[in-house]
Amino acid sequence: MNPSSATTRGVQRLAYNEPTRLDALAAWLLALLWILPLVYAFWTAFHPAEYATRFALNAPLTLDNFRRAWEAAPFARYFLNTTLLVAMILAVQLVLATLAAYAFARYRFRGRNLLFGLVLVQLMIMPDIVVVENYKSMVRLGLVDTLLAIGLPYFSSALAIFLLRQTFMGIPKELDEAARVEGASALQTLWRVYVPLARPVYTAFALVSVSYHWNNFLWPLIVTNSPHARPLTVGLQVFSSVDQGVDWSVITAATVMTSAPLLVAFLLFQRQFVQSFMRAGIK
Amino acid sequence: MATPLAPGGSVSHRAVHAWLLLLPAMVLLAAFTHWPIVSTLFDSFHSTPRGGKPAVWVGLENYQVMAADPVFWQAVRNNLWFAGATIPLSVGLALVMALWVNERIAGRAFLRMAYFTPTVLPMIAVANIWLFFYTPQYGLLEQITGALGLPSHNWLGSPSTALGAVTVVAIWKEAGFFMIFYLAALQGFSPSLREAAAIEGASRWYFFRRVQWPLLMPTTLFVLVNAFINAFRTVDHLFILTRGGPNNASTLLLYHLYEVGFSFWDTAYASAITVVLVVVLVCVALTQFFLLDRRVHYK
Amino acid sequence: MTMRRKRFIQILALQLAAAGGLLGSAAGHAQAPVDVQFYYPVAVGGPIAKTIDGFAEGFMKDNPGVKVTPIYAGTYQETIVKAITAHKSGTPPVTSVLLSTDMFTLIDEDAIVPFDGFIKSAEDKAWLDGFYKAFMMNSQSGGKTWGIPFQRSTVVMYWNKELFKEAGLDPEKAPANWAELQAAATKLTRKDASGKVTQWGVQIPSSGFPYWLFQTLTTPNGAILANEAGTQVRFDDPKVVEALQYWVDLGKAGIHPPGVVEWGTTPKDFFEKKAAIIFTTTGNLTNIKKNAGFDFGVGMIPGKVRKGSPTGGGNFYIFKKASPAQQEAAFKFIQWVTQPERAAQWSIETGYVGVSKAAYDTAALKKYGQDFPAALVARDQLPDSVAEFSTHDNQRVTKALNDGLQAALTGAKTPAQAMKDAQAEADRILRAYK
Repeated sequence: MNPSSATTRGVQRLAYNEPTRLDALAAWLLALLWILPLVYAFWTAFHPAEYATRFALNAPLTLDNFRRAWEAAPFARYFLNTTLLVAMILAVQLVLATLAAYAFARYRFRGRNLLFGLVLVQLMIMPDIVVVENYKSMVRLGLVDTLLAIGLPYFSSALAIFLLRQTFMGIPKELDEAARVEGASALQTLWRVYVPLARPVYTAFALVSVSYHWNNFLWPLIVTNSPHARPLTVGLQVFSSVDQGVDWSVITAATVMTSAPLLVAFLLFQRQFVQSFMRAGIK
Repeated sequence: MATPLAPGGSVSHRAVHAWLLLLPAMVLLAAFTHWPIVSTLFDSFHSTPRGGKPAVWVGLENYQVMAADPVFWQAVRNNLWFAGATIPLSVGLALVMALWVNERIAGRAFLRMAYFTPTVLPMIAVANIWLFFYTPQYGLLEQITGALGLPSHNWLGSPSTALGAVTVVAIWKEAGFFMIFYLAALQGFSPSLREAAAIEGASRWYFFRRVQWPLLMPTTLFVLVNAFINAFRTVDHLFILTRGGPNNASTLLLYHLYEVGFSFWDTAYASAITVVLVVVLVCVALTQFFLLDRRVHYK
Repeated sequence: MTMRRKRFIQILALQLAAAGGLLGSAAGHAQAPVDVQFYYPVAVGGPIAKTIDGFAEGFMKDNPGVKVTPIYAGTYQETIVKAITAHKSGTPPVTSVLLSTDMFTLIDEDAIVPFDGFIKSAEDKAWLDGFYKAFMMNSQSGGKTWGIPFQRSTVVMYWNKELFKEAGLDPEKAPANWAELQAAATKLTRKDASGKVTQWGVQIPSSGFPYWLFQTLTTPNGAILANEAGTQVRFDDPKVVEALQYWVDLGKAGIHPPGVVEWGTTPKDFFEKKAAIIFTTTGNLTNIKKNAGFDFGVGMIPGKVRKGSPTGGGNFYIFKKASPAQQEAAFKFIQWVTQPERAAQWSIETGYVGVSKAAYDTAALKKYGQDFPAALVARDQLPDSVAEFSTHDNQRVTKALNDGLQAALTGAKTPAQAMKDAQAEADRILRAYK
């Protein structure tokens, strides 16, 4: 491509930076492929069982699957539990990680590297492996069958500490000094300077945390006994029948019921959602 | 870092400050991660206590059994293959998706949602839906291959394709999730970068390779860390799709660990496998940590 | 002592007495109800949870002072994980419904107590003797009774009567032995123009727990896979290899699907007419009755030198770490819930087999059997039924067998080699238990 000819054609025409038809086609094909399972879920949830594998366009619609799914378990309660659980875990994770990351980033003290190494260990250790030990601890603390018991092993998140430390270390010292000049204490500096600047990291981590804990299964199964504290994943397990065959109609109805709020929220707020990532103070 | 910036008096005072800030996080880590890990390490050198018989010291016996167990090595091979496929593919797809969605393609909002939906669906539903897709005879794949005149295949029930089939599900679930991070990074780029490239007559590939890709490095590394962790953590779909079969063709390390620890109740042997898994992962974590510290530019 | 003082002391004494009385009765009332937590796996779909809750309420009404809390615990596998994890942490459930094959595992973990200590009266003994012997086979060991049958099943054969008619076979006559099965399946297999099979003659699932379905082939061949003490297995017995060879040959003959056949989708395959004959649990009967759009038959597993099927399903167990009062209360609950009327109700609602002959003598089950004779097939098969495969370190040994079966069915190993390797592995595992 001849640069001069590009200039003559005018700066406004960024033709070679625009997507081609091929791009659009490929993107759409991939999207259709990607959304296929969800489409299938909707199809099967709204049609009777005979049409779970047959895609006749004139098939009758029905809400019976939803009724069966709803009756199978108290999904409203499960949904509430999961929402509370995920929010609680995230909130505590952010607070603890912010304090710890600040200490690692801005303080010097003996054993700092050792402690940070210890933190990193948790980065890779799945609490699911050490279930038996943790269950024993919960029994000793008398917390079995509470949301707190599900969340406790996760409150201290190595990933969050790691990311925030990285971010805090990258914040210019001048901002610190400016705050110091105004008479701010360490914690106030943290709150007024560091936290706002790290917002993209908070949002990114929030996404990771929420999606992990929304989908977490084994540990909540072990530590909860009743709908009182049971989250959605454990509740949905009731459809994973062993003796009877797979009943796609009911499973997809339950799925649609429990995912619909999230999907709708994402659909409505996706612009804000993505923008919140980039709304950073530094730029 | 020359001078510590924290306010206030002596070094020891600041150190106390630091320790206080760290205390809640470290206490919880110690209680629910470090202590169980130490306990697990300890257990791996003992035999499994059963009923009345207490655990006895057996030294490296569990590790020797592990080294001689073909199922363990199958799980290791499978997991390496699985990681080797999911990490580049899910990260690569995520990047491509983000680039597409960032452009002015018609129906961007729909594309964004389509790519992101796997994250929102619970794993049990996802696994059962894919079970339908893979079902021989009337499953969705079967209907498509049938329409195209291709032969029938039992995807989940053949040792040659079971692992691949399971890998596809994992990639499908992850790519859209990673896309969000790339998308956010791309949208944070200044538009002047693109204008400058346009003026200089840079091709899209050149723009990507020399401008976007380097700027995306921090995101890429973050996403890679997550992808790596997930390659060893994602086994829930196995419970529904193949249960590690046929004949261990699709078993992964963590799944094998569950089997040994919670099915066979051979807790000591499971501890040994855990230790190996932990060591491998910690090494990689430390490597990536050092890599990140050196290569990332935030300014 | 003045009059007033005396009065005062009298009133004081009265008040103390009243308070003492109140305290005494309060103590009597405050005697906490015996807490019986009870884990159960929901293996047959959601609404069953309501039935379980109904049982708990019914029992509590008849037995104030006991609080039964049913706790849904996932699949069978998840339930035992939960139960043993809780046991290892010191607070197991008082009772739980777990697989009958878990018996040896629970004994080895020293988690359960035998029922013999609770069987005191003649009534109790009669109740224990009332259960079908086939179900007691996986419930007793070393002369003691460790489990009480609750949701039990056997494997049965379902066949599509319409497809039989189309193939020129008598729809009312199911294949009764291996030769007939092979012949019928050959006639029932249909291919389309390109040679692809659109309908399989016979389908025997091999995912998840292939050993159970394998037993429907070894039992008719006269082979028993494990001894009663659970310390010895016979995989390399020629009769066992022969049974596996028969299964593999069905696939090779093109009348049985290739590779590992998924358990969960087999009923659906039947509804979709992709398989004319299937082997699956009687627990699927209600599901198949509801969803098969055609006339279907339920029959006993085809025999060879004899007839027979393995039993399956879950028993009640009582956990050791519970207090004696809790154990006693749990025993009462288990007795109550396995009474004929309740066993009948459970069988009708779930499709599991009624656990005692008395259950089938109740009016409810009698009528149900008349309206729907297919429900009686599993029961009629009981005299020929054998114990489900179970040994010490059960899951591990079973996995060795399962892996071998899957290797043979996918062609990775010959049946003889697969069983030989499985035998070697099992021997190694069971060495510690001999």
